[in-house]
Amino acid sequence: MQPDLQQKQQQQGIDVAVLVSIGRHPTTGRARRAEQDARGLELALAIEAELPGTRISMLHAGSQDDSSEAALRGYLGMATGVGMGLESMTLLEQPEGSDAIPALAKHLAATSPQLVITGARAERGEGSGLLPYALAEHLGWPLVNSLASVEKVENGVVTLLQALPRGQRRRLKVRLPAIISVDEAAPAARQSAFGPARRATFAITPTTPEADSELAQWHLAPARKRPKRLKIVKAASARDRFKAAASKSEGKGGQVLTDVTPEQGAEAIYQLLKEEDVLR
Amino acid sequence: MLETLLPILIFTALALAVIGALRRIRLWRQGRPSRVNLFKGLVALPRRYLVDLHHVVGRDKMISNTHVATAGGFVAAAVLMILVHGLGIANPLLGGLLLLASASMFVGSLFVARRRLNPPARLSKGPWMRLPKSLMAFSISVFLITLPTVGLLPEGLLEGSSSWLLALVLAGVVAWGLGEMFFGMTWGGPMKHAFAGALHLAFHRRAERFSTKKGGGRSTGLKALNLEDEATPLGVEKPADFTWNQLLGFDACVQCGRCEAVCPAFAAGQPLNPKKLIQDMVVGMAGGSDAAYAGSPHPSQGLGGKPVGEHAGSPHGPIVALQGKALVDADTLWSCTTCRACVEECPMMIEHVDAIVDMRRHLTLERGKTPNKGAEVLDNLIATDNPGGFDPGSRLNWAADLNLPLMADLKQVDVLLWLGDGAFDMRNQRTLRALVKVLRAAEVDFAVLGTEERDSGDVARRLGDEATFQSLAKRNIATLAQYRFLQIVTCDPHSFHVLGNEYGELGGIYDVRHHSTFIAELFDAGRLTFAPWKGGSVTYHDPCYLGRYNGEYEAPRNVLKALGIEVKEMERSGFRSRCCGGGGGAPITDIPGERRIPDMRMNDVKESGAELVAVGCPQCTAMLEGVVDASAEVRDIAELVADALVERSADDVSGASRQTTASTAAEEVIL
Repeated sequence: MQPDLQQKQQQQGIDVAVLVSIGRHPTTGRARRAEQDARGLELALAIEAELPGTRISMLHAGSQDDSSEAALRGYLGMATGVGMGLESMTLLEQPEGSDAIPALAKHLAATSPQLVITGARAERGEGSGLLPYALAEHLGWPLVNSLASVEKVENGVVTLLQALPRGQRRRLKVRLPAIISVDEAAPAARQSAFGPARRATFAITPTTPEADSELAQWHLAPARKRPKRLKIVKAASARDRFKAAASKSEGKGGQVLTDVTPEQGAEAIYQLLKEEDVLR
Repeated sequence: MLETLLPILIFTALALAVIGALRRIRLWRQGRPSRVNLFKGLVALPRRYLVDLHHVVGRDKMISNTHVATAGGFVAAAVLMILVHGLGIANPLLGGLLLLASASMFVGSLFVARRRLNPPARLSKGPWMRLPKSLMAFSISVFLITLPTVGLLPEGLLEGSSSWLLALVLAGVVAWGLGEMFFGMTWGGPMKHAFAGALHLAFHRRAERFSTKKGGGRSTGLKALNLEDEATPLGVEKPADFTWNQLLGFDACVQCGRCEAVCPAFAAGQPLNPKKLIQDMVVGMAGGSDAAYAGSPHPSQGLGGKPVGEHAGSPHGPIVALQGKALVDADTLWSCTTCRACVEECPMMIEHVDAIVDMRRHLTLERGKTPNKGAEVLDNLIATDNPGGFDPGSRLNWAADLNLPLMADLKQVDVLLWLGDGAFDMRNQRTLRALVKVLRAAEVDFAVLGTEERDSGDVARRLGDEATFQSLAKRNIATLAQYRFLQIVTCDPHSFHVLGNEYGELGGIYDVRHHSTFIAELFDAGRLTFAPWKGGSVTYHDPCYLGRYNGEYEAPRNVLKALGIEVKEMERSGFRSRCCGGGGGAPITDIPGERRIPDMRMNDVKESGAELVAVGCPQCTAMLEGVVDASAEVRDIAELVADALVERSADDVSGASRQTTASTAAEEVIL
């Protein structure tokens, strides 16, 4: 009886919401599916393959026009094969320059998916990478960044593999609902196919747009190319030169805190921020 | 007794043949509609058979003569037999003709039998091995039963009670012959090729490929998908998604294996055998497994062949399975280099490349399953208009010092120089610089599109991404529409083919020339002067997209001749040229095999003894130069011409045509 029930629960799957944005090709600046968001959808599709019955919904907040539609259809084209529930994307319609966070937070609170997947940083707009954090704050859900893979979902707890620098991985167990953000550590997105992309539809949901008041005060200018600091390598052998080229420099100073209470951790962070003059 | 038995046998066989024909036609009609003028096709049938088909079959004189004797004898014998023995018109003249026809068929069948004694690997065995015996049974029995009609045998011989047995045996042999020749023709025996083949010739999807009285026909451009109509399937998922005349074409296959013998992917041990692929389509159309296939299988890496009998399909089932096995594995479709060698050799005029690209379209457009680097290349084409993902603004960087005239400035020129994506490739940039030097030496009024140029869409289309192809093509056509030029010249045969043969369907009609053709014209017009050739022996590699796709075999050879080079031909050259392995996106999908196609081609070059191989295609250059430890140098024709250029003297500038003195060019230069 017990395993039967467990299996049933497993087969039920979970509700996954993938937040997608309109990307920008680094060379030509053309609108496209954003690299990280597409990886997020790939992650969702991997969950669906592991856990049949998982429902994926795609969510985009922004305006609708021809070029953005073509870019968004790039995500829809990843849903090849019938019955993935990806024949449609929810579009929270709001004019350019509106703040996406309130609209997304409101929609997510209303639909209450168990897992929200988003790219770490947008390719256009501010690209501050703050959206996942702001959403987590709004919704009061835990956030895990830089995800490498979702290992399993069981009884409302998801086991995640988080990517750390230099190929390290950390296994985490997080209670649902949760937000996870993906960057280049997640598996690459599959090819987008023209047929499913063309057939897919948009479910347009009007929102009460809130103008991004902070963005309005910002001064935007094209990025300048910054000079790169050259590493001076004194190496005797080819092996040393290769090692120097391949390895990232180890961080100096700092301390690793393990087995500390949240208060101690917070105190340490507070001290560091004061030392670095971030807080005064 | 035979008099009563024969009409029964003949008309039973005919009736069964008609029923079989109707069943077969129903199988073909599962396909999608295709607009063909049925009447015109039937009228054109004799010419298509006697001229176009015979042109292909005639490359092997022995088989050609065998077929004339056997098939000609059979057709005549069948008609006369119905008249003489079926309807009982015992006219000695008709009888005599029937004897002659069956004798001719018998002689032919002896040669068929001889070929089957020790058949080459490319021929299918199985039911095909019994065909010569059936042919003999038919011809001998018809000959014998006709002897009495002309009085060469006493009428009574078969009448007497003692010859009952003889008559029965004879009737039995007649039945065997009729069974194979009439019944088997429409019920799927080896003779099916005659019935389906004749109709395929008449209702061919590319009526333009056949010659007319005015001259030879050619039709090599892929057919466009209708992307406007969402009901049109994007490519071929299941056998029934082919058009009905494509299905008919598959059914016409005689399994002679000429395609297999010339296929570069098959030779390289990649999992493609064009003959098997066509038979797989026939299996799919009728439903069932490929267990009955009796030819060489699809090769597979290191194992010799993929076992036959594991794949199965149905008219409305998928050709390539989402998981596991269906009719064909995806690797088979992606192994093709679209070199058209199979189509060129096929005596039944089957269009293998069309079918393969149709199926690739489904895999790419519906399933998003372009293998290996395919997806990346297509994404690059969408985002940057070139397959390498380079900044489109850097398309002209290689010519920073050449001060190339731009179409945007001039608006109107004689020649538009189409650069192609080789503009981003350092090796091809050398060719392009050489070509510019040649054009300047001949004082050609030319300009380039520069950064306005995009990829022609060749790779996207061959990888099955018709949407990206049409997007690129439409934007290129819009760009070209802004300017006025007499012709487009390019050093890339792929661009040449796409611009010249495939843009027409989308509204872009241009006079396109390959640079070798254009240089040959310039030379003939006396606008170029060459120093005599001092290098070693040279061979020429025909690019598929220049030769087989566009029929240009002469111009490059004429240019080499004008340079004073005597071409040492490779065994496989001209229309039988072996592909370099670079076409159809094959280097991108990169299906593993036992050998590499360019290695085999460079081996051909080595066997010719040449120290240098002249090429006329950036893909061929890249593929052939990538061969390790090659025995020959690879140079583009443009480079050879640029190196041999000589400043023209004042007399030459007068513009005298060299048409008549072309052969003495070398002496002239020395003066």
